[in-house]
Amino acid sequence: MSVDETSRAAAHTSVRFRCISGDSKETILRQVMDSDDLGRVTKRIAHEIAERNHGLDEVVLLGIPTRGKPFADRIAAALSDIHGAGFTAGSLDVGMYRDDIDIRPRARIGPTDIPELLDGKTVVLADDVLFTGRTIRAALDALADLGRPSAVQLAVVIDRGHRELPIRADYVGKNIPTSLTEHVSVRFLGIDDEDGVWIGQSEPA
Amino acid sequence: MTRLPELVIKGGSVLTEDGMARLDVRIVDGRVAELAADLDGSTIVDASDAWVGPGFVDLHTHLRDPGELWKEDIGTGTAAAAAGGYTAVVAMPNTVPTIDNAQTATYVSEQGRNVGSADVYPAGAITLGRQGERMAHIDEMWHAGVRLFTDDGTSVTNSSVLRLAMEYVKNLGGVVAQHAVDSSMSATGFMHEGAVSSRLGMPGIPAVAEEIVIARDLALVRLTGVNYHAQHVSTARGVELIAEAKSEGLPVTAEVTPHHLEFDHTDVASTDPDFKMMPPLRTADDRQALADGLRSGVIDVVATDHAPHAAREKEVPFEDAPNGVLGLEWAGPVAGKIIGLDPTRFFAVMAVAPARIAQIPDHGLPIGVGNVANITVFAPAETWTPTTTRSRSRNAPYFGMSLTGRTTATIRNGRVAHGGAI
Amino acid sequence: MNDLLTTEDLPRQVIEKLLVDAESFVEVLSRPIPKVPALRGKTVATMFFEPSTRTRLSFEKAAKALSADTMSFSPATSSLSKGESLKDTALTVHAMGVDLMVVRHGSTGAPWRVAEWLDVPVVNGGDGAHQHPTQALADCLTITQRFGSLEGLRIAIVGDVRHSRVARSNMYAFHSLGASVTLVGPPTLLPVEIDGWPANTSTDLDAILDEVDVVYLLRVQTERGGGSVFPSLPEYADRYGMTGARFGRLKPEAVVLHPGPMNRGVEIAHDVADDERSLVLLQVSNGVAARMAVLFELLGGDQVA
Repeated sequence: MSVDETSRAAAHTSVRFRCISGDSKETILRQVMDSDDLGRVTKRIAHEIAERNHGLDEVVLLGIPTRGKPFADRIAAALSDIHGAGFTAGSLDVGMYRDDIDIRPRARIGPTDIPELLDGKTVVLADDVLFTGRTIRAALDALADLGRPSAVQLAVVIDRGHRELPIRADYVGKNIPTSLTEHVSVRFLGIDDEDGVWIGQSEPA
Repeated sequence: MTRLPELVIKGGSVLTEDGMARLDVRIVDGRVAELAADLDGSTIVDASDAWVGPGFVDLHTHLRDPGELWKEDIGTGTAAAAAGGYTAVVAMPNTVPTIDNAQTATYVSEQGRNVGSADVYPAGAITLGRQGERMAHIDEMWHAGVRLFTDDGTSVTNSSVLRLAMEYVKNLGGVVAQHAVDSSMSATGFMHEGAVSSRLGMPGIPAVAEEIVIARDLALVRLTGVNYHAQHVSTARGVELIAEAKSEGLPVTAEVTPHHLEFDHTDVASTDPDFKMMPPLRTADDRQALADGLRSGVIDVVATDHAPHAAREKEVPFEDAPNGVLGLEWAGPVAGKIIGLDPTRFFAVMAVAPARIAQIPDHGLPIGVGNVANITVFAPAETWTPTTTRSRSRNAPYFGMSLTGRTTATIRNGRVAHGGAI
Repeated sequence: MNDLLTTEDLPRQVIEKLLVDAESFVEVLSRPIPKVPALRGKTVATMFFEPSTRTRLSFEKAAKALSADTMSFSPATSSLSKGESLKDTALTVHAMGVDLMVVRHGSTGAPWRVAEWLDVPVVNGGDGAHQHPTQALADCLTITQRFGSLEGLRIAIVGDVRHSRVARSNMYAFHSLGASVTLVGPPTLLPVEIDGWPANTSTDLDAILDEVDVVYLLRVQTERGGGSVFPSLPEYADRYGMTGARFGRLKPEAVVLHPGPMNRGVEIAHDVADDERSLVLLQVSNGVAARMAVLFELLGGDQVA
């Protein structure tokens, strides 16, 4: 269970708990997507991106670290398969743009790697889980400092509801309604031991 | 004049002229009237599990009075002294104005009589204003009762001036005491020069700064024959020099402070200004040599160098802080830990030798019928943790430390000055 | 991490985390808008009791790049310094509403006292000859950028080690990251009693020149050290300066660092100072990024330690 998701979830629930790295509090984990499922939704989303944007010429794909980046890389690989050309994803760190530093002193910052100028392009942001929307709001702020894209779209593996801001995803792998005490963990082989999506029931502190 | 209440000190082990004895002590009209078993009286001082001996005498106290009353005055300083078991203190002359004349000396001793909880014997400066250039009014101070002369806070660097003063004091029969730290080295350092100062990047004062002053002074003692007292010895080499001088038969005595017995330069690593003293805390080896010297008698007395400074003066960076810490209330347990359960030696270093060196009458005497009742009751096994002080200041490194040994009562001139009565 | 006062007991993982963060901030500083809102609404105060323009500006730039507000207080030059104690000054500045205090002072330990008196994070901007932890982090960043890591590197710190807080801070940090450090200088400028320090010592720079990967030159300090601790500047330059000849004997990948300001012609020759392998300007820009990482970590970052 990553620190990111847990603490992201924790900050926005009335039930606050601490997750010390490596020490997960959930007791029940149920798997809702396996490796094949993840592969299927990634491919579908790649197709949708290409179709919606009439090709990839104006598209810049940026993953939001930590787990938005492997998702973006897989979308990029699928897009390369579709179009027979190498397509790579960059990354956009939002740790420095969060609005909740005071109440959530665990903001990690990760690398920002913008592969090309953003002006006039369509930026497709990729993240693993869409929850309150605050991460995406921070990403929009960061993009504003980096250039002037003509449009911004959002691709997520899981939309778990509970938005606190008027933000929606354009491409969704799966909609999973959750309660606030649950947390959603998307894992990618490479940085985790396996692919898949799990939902855990977290204990209050 | 009201009669002093009769006191009986019950249940203690008493240091008499013939050694330690389990006796009760009756005090009438300010003097010891009776030494016997199972005495009764109207006012009892409980001395069970305690030693009863001469009230401690401190050869080295800074009362800051006259002139620096925000740090301490004779009232608060002697209250702290009494709480620590002292019935007499020798007040250092680095007051404002300096005790370098009869009027200032008289003010101090009279103020001690008026408001003091212990008897105050002023020391006199060796030079005017402690400037190191011209002799102070030694003769008139002598006639005002001063017996010990020191420029403490500074060392007398001019050998010619020091030699003349030594001859003068020798002629009167007094004692010249020296703050043995070379001034040029102490001016450019803030702690002991060694492994800790290196790590901290802090300019240090090498051990040799003490050695060169003591060595030079001993040569002058050899020449003049004056009674010489080395103040706050802090180095192993200093102890060696004193030992050599004594075996040569020179009239030399020496003191060590409680903080030099208890701490070393590793305690300065935190740069807490409550560990800043002059001379500075030195190495563990120096500390061991001081303890050995105290036990063997090379070092004659424990003297506190009680040096109050207001909180705002010490709450500054280490290098900017004034030197010195309090000591009167905790010297007993620190000395007791080094000496061990040897009450004769304990009272020797805390009371008997200091009174003799400073030529103070009626203090430092074994408990004997007819002697003025300046008596301390000291419980050598009582453990306690200091959290408060009677001083006006609070600059001490002992708060929160567990200490073993405690003064439970102090009787000065037949009156209870601290603790005691049931 | 509540304060950053020293590198002496700073765990390796904390240093590495700060360096990773600092790399992100290097990227931020290269953007057209070199600013992020991470510390918006926070106030960073600098209290510099020793004159210093470079370090103070570096901290202010770091704070501003994070969108924090800054307050700068230099009692050495202000009338407030008359009779007002360090404690009073610190409490006064704090009462104006600061979230973090950077303290530079000529006396060892001063930042520790300030940290005792205030409940906000304190960063040591340099105390006496003792520590200068943010300089060490910036220098670790520079070396990491050049070599990938400090593990196994041989680093010589050359000059007035005895009176240098940069030498002490850097030595501990370099050692923590796996480098082996040699302190080089004339005997009067090496500290006394350094058994137990994580470094070797030498008084002969030429003997080790061809083995080192990094030569870290210290500034010859005439304002500290109380006067003449070595015979003359030309003699120093001759025996311990990074002359053109010495530079030529270094390994081809070896680099030269200097905390600045440089005494050209004394500890470093003119040509060497301007060479591509002298990383002095990079040290300065990395200084801002490293300080951004420290401020971010103390005021809202991931609590690693």
